[in-house]
Amino acid sequence: MSVETRLNLDDIVEIGRQFRLQWEQAQQAYVLLYPEGMVKLSQSAGEILKRIDGKLPIADVVENLEQAFPGANLQQDVLKFLEVAYERGWIHPKQAS
Amino acid sequence: MNAAGSTPSKQVKPVGNPLWLVAEITYKCPLHCVFCYNPVDYTRYGQELSTDEWLRVLRESRELGVTQLGFSGGEPLVRDDLEIMIAEARKLGYYSNLITSGVGLNEKRIAAFKEGGLDHIQLSFQDSTRELNDFLSSTRTFELKSKTAKLIKQYEYPMVLNVVLHRLNIDHVQQILEMAEAMGAEYVELANTQYYGWALLNRDHLLPSKEQLRRAEEVTNKFRERVGNKMKIYFVVPDYYEIRPKACMNGWGSVFITVTADGTVLPCHEARMLPGLTFPNAREANMKWIWYDSPAFNTYRGDEWMTEPCRSCPEKIKDFGGCRCQAYMLTGDARNADPVCDLSPHHHIITEAIAKAQQARDKPSTTRPILFRDDKNSRALSESAAVHS
Repeated sequence: MSVETRLNLDDIVEIGRQFRLQWEQAQQAYVLLYPEGMVKLSQSAGEILKRIDGKLPIADVVENLEQAFPGANLQQDVLKFLEVAYERGWIHPKQAS
Repeated sequence: MNAAGSTPSKQVKPVGNPLWLVAEITYKCPLHCVFCYNPVDYTRYGQELSTDEWLRVLRESRELGVTQLGFSGGEPLVRDDLEIMIAEARKLGYYSNLITSGVGLNEKRIAAFKEGGLDHIQLSFQDSTRELNDFLSSTRTFELKSKTAKLIKQYEYPMVLNVVLHRLNIDHVQQILEMAEAMGAEYVELANTQYYGWALLNRDHLLPSKEQLRRAEEVTNKFRERVGNKMKIYFVVPDYYEIRPKACMNGWGSVFITVTADGTVLPCHEARMLPGLTFPNAREANMKWIWYDSPAFNTYRGDEWMTEPCRSCPEKIKDFGGCRCQAYMLTGDARNADPVCDLSPHHHIITEAIAKAQQARDKPSTTRPILFRDDKNSRALSESAAVHS
């Protein structure tokens, strides 16, 4: 599947209505729950998604991550991951940029 | 029984944690569907678990790592404590699904479900036309269901429709999909009947022909192309027309638990029929012991139990030999390969069933009348040998 760039740093995104993000003790991971299924997230995916609150623009999410993980330049990785998450319907822009 | 008293499992491959719990909170149902998978002798089973017992089942299962919870039945709306269970499920961190005919849902209840944190509702329809819907479920519910569909939208639940397909409605797939589109359904599951319980009794009436199936798939594919992502359509083929069995429950005791109305804990909806196994009851044992240590849950784990051709088959890691219940129902031994597999020496049983259904279609007078799932029929069947035929 080709991923087009549709998200910008000033977009505000939120978790899709049918998904719920939560920490799963038994999996030792963040998971996305949805009707009749579950996605177990990698550590980095979990760290990104738990900062998606429907209020902060993506730029602030990146900044927040770079504070939590000093020394890393995360902008491209975060955008790339969020594009994939958007393609899969996990997140969507809250308002048109 | 104490959870701390668990003994290490004898399995070669470690047993993972369960992910799915289906709570069949009651066998009572206002509908009388001819394809119901509930046991035909459901009237034999004892008292339903109390509210507190269900809450304990939910807590213990969540501690084991279960995330998906389905409230099912019978018709789960029959229980007036469903609101309490839903709220507890949300507190515990389940993703909860209500699997319902919609009969018994009103605005007050759906508002309470939303407030309590129910995540998802799956509404079943029997057909797109009132006449067939009401005939197949032996009741007058079509109007009611349409109202329910509106309530589901109003309370901002994704609209997930489930329609069980069989010979009597499979030619209406176009109309069914149009109805779903008109209702604003986001997901439609066209699930061909699986032949267990009442459906097995009525198989000669319900099994579609290969030609009907082909046409239905063609219609579905065309519809998919037109609606695109707006409406996702799943088409589940009847396994009688497959040559490899389904990976039933992703393997016995692998991810799935059913707790029935009377508290019996099963590795699948149907397992109660299997002979020689004593299934634990949630009233008497905790879910951790049941999952990891009960003899019943360990019986068909791994592949030690398999007979040929499964035992030496490279595909056993994919399909686990298919469905134990189907193997038992059709071949008399649950350890045999599911006869859906064309490598099974019993595969002829499937092809004969297809031929017999064809004959019933051509000469309806030679076939026993269709049996509705109701208490009277269930009591009669509980006393007859037909239960396990």
